[in-house]
This record gives sequence, structure tokens and C-alpha cells, in this order.
Amino acid sequence: MSEVIVITSGKGGVGKTTTTANVGTGLAKLGHSVVLIDTDIGLRNLDVVMGLENRIVYNLVDVVEGNCRLKQALIKDKRYNNLFLLPSAQTRDKTSVSPEQMKKLTDELKEEFDYIILDCPAGIEQGFKNAIAGADRALVVTTPEVAAIRDADRIIGLLEANNVKRTDLIVNRLRMDMVKRGDMMSTEDVVDILAINLIGVVPDDEHIVVATNQGEPLVGDDSMAGRAYMNICHRILGEEIPLLDLNVTDGFWKKLGNLFRKN
Amino acid sequence: MGLFDLFRKNTNSGTVAKDRLKLVLVSDRAGCSPEIMEALKNDIIKVISKYMEIDTDNLNIQITQTESETNNGYVPALCANIPIKDVIKSGARERA
Repeated sequence: MSEVIVITSGKGGVGKTTTTANVGTGLAKLGHSVVLIDTDIGLRNLDVVMGLENRIVYNLVDVVEGNCRLKQALIKDKRYNNLFLLPSAQTRDKTSVSPEQMKKLTDELKEEFDYIILDCPAGIEQGFKNAIAGADRALVVTTPEVAAIRDADRIIGLLEANNVKRTDLIVNRLRMDMVKRGDMMSTEDVVDILAINLIGVVPDDEHIVVATNQGEPLVGDDSMAGRAYMNICHRILGEEIPLLDLNVTDGFWKKLGNLFRKN
Repeated sequence: MGLFDLFRKNTNSGTVAKDRLKLVLVSDRAGCSPEIMEALKNDIIKVISKYMEIDTDNLNIQITQTESETNNGYVPALCANIPIKDVIKSGARERA
């Protein structure tokens, strides 16, 4: 059975696109057929994060307007032949697509793919309404900051009101050192406030920046973020995986090295 | 952590953030805007002033969460903290 998953947050810059790229790639890595849709019309981003920016011919608006067939607009990923991207249009605006058209599109894609993953734009206007129109479930991404959590709360309410059946939470960019000092809300604090199911915690990790620079999602690699994203993929598939221990302290030699670097 | 940090009052910014968020979200979820709260506050002052002299400067009204008695969970509650300066004598009340 295929599933349409929307990745949303309300606030911008909390990691929706990175999450979409990594969750999509992870699910493909695990053998499922996946299509990623960038629904942020006018602000195309998912293509660069995936490293597929040079291959775009047609986009989402072309498909909806019938300028091309759906298959023509789908870009095959460099690494996995069961992973595709439907890019957004860069020179159009959100009103070029309606929620009904998005619903029709996702229904059509459901016949071909196991997972249809939508990267939602920030905000709660037309772009958000388009993205959630055909969604079976949602992953709400937040960071442990007041503004992001407040917006996430609003989004959760809107998802409920729009009958999205299932909503899970991803806490992104957690810094354990700050949590330990008491200067950042913990995962427990965030879950306590938002009161929805937690599906994963991704630590603040430099590797994400490097991976994005290179256009290569890091899901499944050895980094903390790579492992955290892989765990999220397993949990999406219904497996029960304990939360990653983010308290891993650096080894003796690493600490010694850091000591000298600071001086 | 220094020795003196041990004795410092526990006001970590993480805790501050959580407490502030909780309050903001209660009014967000109830869909109650600051304008409505201000109107409500003024009305409450008007009513209570008929019976008592109150300290309107230090009056505080906010929506908080309180544990529900019937079902397990929390319900929003209107919490008013109204300092009384003087109770107006019963004769005065009749005249008012």
C-alpha cells in the first residue's frame, strides 16, 4: 500500500527540505520506490539538496498544466534507480496549482510508487494547503526553539482540522551540550508541549552542512545525523527502534585533540 | 560548571523558554487574542469596582491550563489575580 507523506513545519529554516531529502533517500535505500515532490513553487530548493539541479527539464507546474506527461517531469536520482524527484517551478507562484490538482497528482503517483514525499513550503497559506491536500500522514519538523515550536503547534492543529490521519514529530538540530547546561529545551520538553508522537531526533551536525554542500543526502552513513535519519526511515516503516543515544562523548584522543585546537 | 554555579538560582534559559511557550500556546490554542483579553480585563474591572476598590495597575488576567476533574488531561482556565485595596462598605454598595 502506498502512502503520501507531507513534511511540514510552519516556520522556515528548520530543516524540512533536508529532512525530505534524507527520509526519501533512506526509504529508497531500504528498497522502496519513492518520489519526492518539491511543492515550494517559486523557491525551488530540493533539487540542489539532492544534487539534481542540472537535470531539470519539466516541473510540477508543467505537469499540472499538461505541458508534459508526468513521467517526463520525474528526474531519476543519481544513486538509486527507485528514487525520483518532481521539482518545483522557479518562475511561477503558489497560485499556479490548486489543492484539487495536487490531490489528483498524488493519487496518480500512488499507483506507481510506495512513498510519495512532499516538501511543504513554510507558512500556512496556499502552498501549505496544496501540500497537505493529498497527504495520508505528516511529519512535523521543529527545532527546540520557541518560535519553531509555536509554529509547529499551529501546524499540528491545522493538520488535524484538515483530516490528515497521522502526524508525527521530528525534533531537529538538537544540541545535547546545550540541553545538559539547561540552555536548550530537551526532546522531552518539546514532546510535552506539542503532545504528539515523536518519530525521531536529529542532532545538530556539521555533516549535514557538508552533505548539503555536496548535494548528497547523508542518510545511513556513520554520522550522528545520518544514523538518526535512517532510524526515522525504519520507524516510518513501522519498526520499533530505540532513540539514538546522543550523549556519546568524544574519546580520550579526540578530547586531547580538541584541547590543543582551542589553545 | 564553576563552584558558584552550584549555588546559583535555577533559571536556565531552557526552562524559561518552556514556561513562556506553555503560556503562549494556551492562548494560541484557545484562539484568544490580546485585544479580547484587554476588553475582558476592562469589563472585569468595571464589574468588580462596583463592590470593591481594586488595584487596577497590578491586576493580572491570563489563560492558563488546569488539570481537568472529569477527564484525564488539561483544560484552559481563566486565571485572574486582582489585588483589593479596600472593600467598599455595604452602605456604599447599595448606593452604587
